[in-house]
Amino acid sequence: MAAPKAVSDRISMSPQIEACSAVSAFRVSVNTQEARSKRQQKASPTKARDGIADTHPLGVGKDRTLQAQRLLSHPPQSLHLVAPVWNGGTRGISGLSRVVAPKGNQKKGRSLLQFLADRFYDVEALRDHLLRKRVSKVHQKNRPFNHINQRYGPYVAGAYFILKQGGAVRFQGREWSRPNQRGHFSLDFLKLQAVPVEAVDASGCAINYQGLDSLLALKELQSLWLQRCPHVDDWCLSRLHPLASSLQELSLAGCPRVSERGLACLHHLWNLRRLDISDLPAVSSPGLTRILVEEMLPSCEVLGADWAQDLKLGPEEQPRDTAGPTPA
Amino acid sequence: MLRRTLLLGLGRGPLGRGLGTHRGGSILDRDGKMSEIKKKIRSILPGGDWNPLYDTSYLPPESSDVVIVGGGVLGLSVAYWLKKLEKPRGAIRVLVVERDHTYSRASTVLSVGGIRQQFSVPENVQLSIFSIDFLRNINEYLAVADDPPLDIQFNPSGYLLLASEKGAAIMENNVKVQRQEGAKVCLMSPEQLRNKFPWINTEGVALASYGMEHEGWFDPWCLLQGLRRKVQSMGVLFCRGEVTRFVSSSNLMKTASGEEVNLKRIHEVHVKIDQSLEYQPVECAIVINAAGAWSGQVAELAGIGKGPPGTLQGTKLPVELRKRYVYLWHCPQGPGLETPFVIDPSGTYFRREGLGHNYLGGCSPTEEEEPDPGNLEVDHDFFQDRVWPPLAQRVPAFETLKVRSAWAGYYDYNTFDQNGVVGPHPLVINMYFATGFSGHGLQQAPAVGRAVAEMVLEGHFQTINLSSFLFSRFYSGEKVQEHNII
Repeated sequence: MAAPKAVSDRISMSPQIEACSAVSAFRVSVNTQEARSKRQQKASPTKARDGIADTHPLGVGKDRTLQAQRLLSHPPQSLHLVAPVWNGGTRGISGLSRVVAPKGNQKKGRSLLQFLADRFYDVEALRDHLLRKRVSKVHQKNRPFNHINQRYGPYVAGAYFILKQGGAVRFQGREWSRPNQRGHFSLDFLKLQAVPVEAVDASGCAINYQGLDSLLALKELQSLWLQRCPHVDDWCLSRLHPLASSLQELSLAGCPRVSERGLACLHHLWNLRRLDISDLPAVSSPGLTRILVEEMLPSCEVLGADWAQDLKLGPEEQPRDTAGPTPA
Repeated sequence: MLRRTLLLGLGRGPLGRGLGTHRGGSILDRDGKMSEIKKKIRSILPGGDWNPLYDTSYLPPESSDVVIVGGGVLGLSVAYWLKKLEKPRGAIRVLVVERDHTYSRASTVLSVGGIRQQFSVPENVQLSIFSIDFLRNINEYLAVADDPPLDIQFNPSGYLLLASEKGAAIMENNVKVQRQEGAKVCLMSPEQLRNKFPWINTEGVALASYGMEHEGWFDPWCLLQGLRRKVQSMGVLFCRGEVTRFVSSSNLMKTASGEEVNLKRIHEVHVKIDQSLEYQPVECAIVINAAGAWSGQVAELAGIGKGPPGTLQGTKLPVELRKRYVYLWHCPQGPGLETPFVIDPSGTYFRREGLGHNYLGGCSPTEEEEPDPGNLEVDHDFFQDRVWPPLAQRVPAFETLKVRSAWAGYYDYNTFDQNGVVGPHPLVINMYFATGFSGHGLQQAPAVGRAVAEMVLEGHFQTINLSSFLFSRFYSGEKVQEHNII
């Protein structure tokens, strides 16, 4: 499987894919286990490798540029793909990018695990176990803190939830509290039982649909930042309507799973004055979406893509550095 | 002599028939021959079906524990839950028989794709609530290793049902029932409606109910493909054919009260292969009728309804084909991104489609104007006469619109009470129904599949109690009427 190194980034993808195609062509002819017969009955494969295996017969010495061109012009077929995480450096969730977008994994280590998992039940079970552990880690982070809620009230419970996730909280009339480098935070907000939470900065946190329970209890929340949260999607946005009377600022910049369908249910938030919907990779036409959202929320200032963006080429964009809170 | 026979047997001489000259193919057709050689080797090695005479991979197996007639979303959902809930793993062999692999006339793919919890029957609300949970966690339920995750393109925009003066009291009752089951619905007065949706003309509207969460529309094709992929990975067998006959046996038995009943049990299903006279008898233990709009015909094959009218033997399955039209139009001044799925008191409905001011909508015809369900041709006069006037009255911007396209699809219409039939037949004891949902089969499919699988595996409903949806209600006359059929 040793393939010579190639010159540019794009073309260097092809040695791994060639290796995979060689491997998969070999696999098809040697696949003899009876228990694997179910795989032969699978519908037409949607994997990138198999699509390429049909067009590239076993032959490592073929013209590399031609293969790369064929790769780029005939993208592999897939069911509606979830948009991959564009910012791989999200806090503490780098491993989860594989859960979000397995298509984006062209690394050599991953294909070796795939190779082994196709042949050995043990490796397949190990891989499934690792995946499930990652998913359960996110569930664990989003568990409700019922005992804190009962004892100290919803504001303290919500603040504890956010701080535990790694975000920042601002109570009414006070400064921002955030955890330090190692994730520790002081517990002196426990005495603020009657003080409402005004602003939450949950950028990069692993908040998902279940975790929003704790946030929705904060009835006087005015400003919510959900930048680059990898698990916030359209379903989560449809849950935000209880905060309609107080929420004035919402930021969804860089969330990989939010699409224009979720943005359509933001019209419940009639008090919203600032909305940031820039850099949403799952939105199909950012310029048009921004115009429609502006029409939907007439009294709100919408920060988003430039309306002429769809006319430009190049999907690579630098992350928008929206002003975060200054540390206390 | 031994050497001569050996030479004859091997036959590598000029007249020998090796693999390369089989069927007189030329030596230039190398790729075709290579694939044929690979196919032959694969069939010889253990694990493949070794049939030296001819290829029978298109035929269904000779026996199968469960045969599901119909491969639409309901059939695949039942297959999925059977495989998921079976103990031990791999215990049940399931065969799904679908005669059209392109799904060109299936109700699933021609559907508008809406899902709502705003029903009046509590069981329907529970079914929808579970189904929306299923759709939200679809990548946990239908995950297949190495395949990309599914995106069903769910639009959480909600349903807006409008009621006139007459229907306002019923709507309030319905909303109370829905809230009890856990749906998040709010009631709006005409002024609140005008504030929220300024493009609506609230003349004639007394009350509106708006679903805030868990309602909207999605892509049914994606759900179907996701189910298909998952179900194939779980080991369910698929067959492309049509069920033409059931071979069953009868048992004359006495009930506890001394009455004599004739219980039938289906032993074989004859599956006829497409475009051929060939059929394969499949021995089976259980048959599930998920044939959608054609379930009535399948039930007749099993002998349901053959008897004196008024008796249980004579009660047919009242599911018929009904044709419904869906129109897609463009209106540049129309309502914007916040448009929910709006249902007018007259029965007309529409929803937003995409970002380009396109809308999908239609109307259910009355009993007298039912179109002929023989084909799927669209009647554009129906739009002009029955759909457009109420639409233009409700949304004044729709006075100028341009119809872009239209299609027709079938409802598996239950003529008795327009609600689904679930569970076993009282006389044909191993036929289970999962059909008759009259236009909301897609949105209740995951939950119904689970209910039928529980019925098959355990003998009773465990999670959602659908005993009011059993077949016996057609004989006893207890209607489960739903007030919000679109």
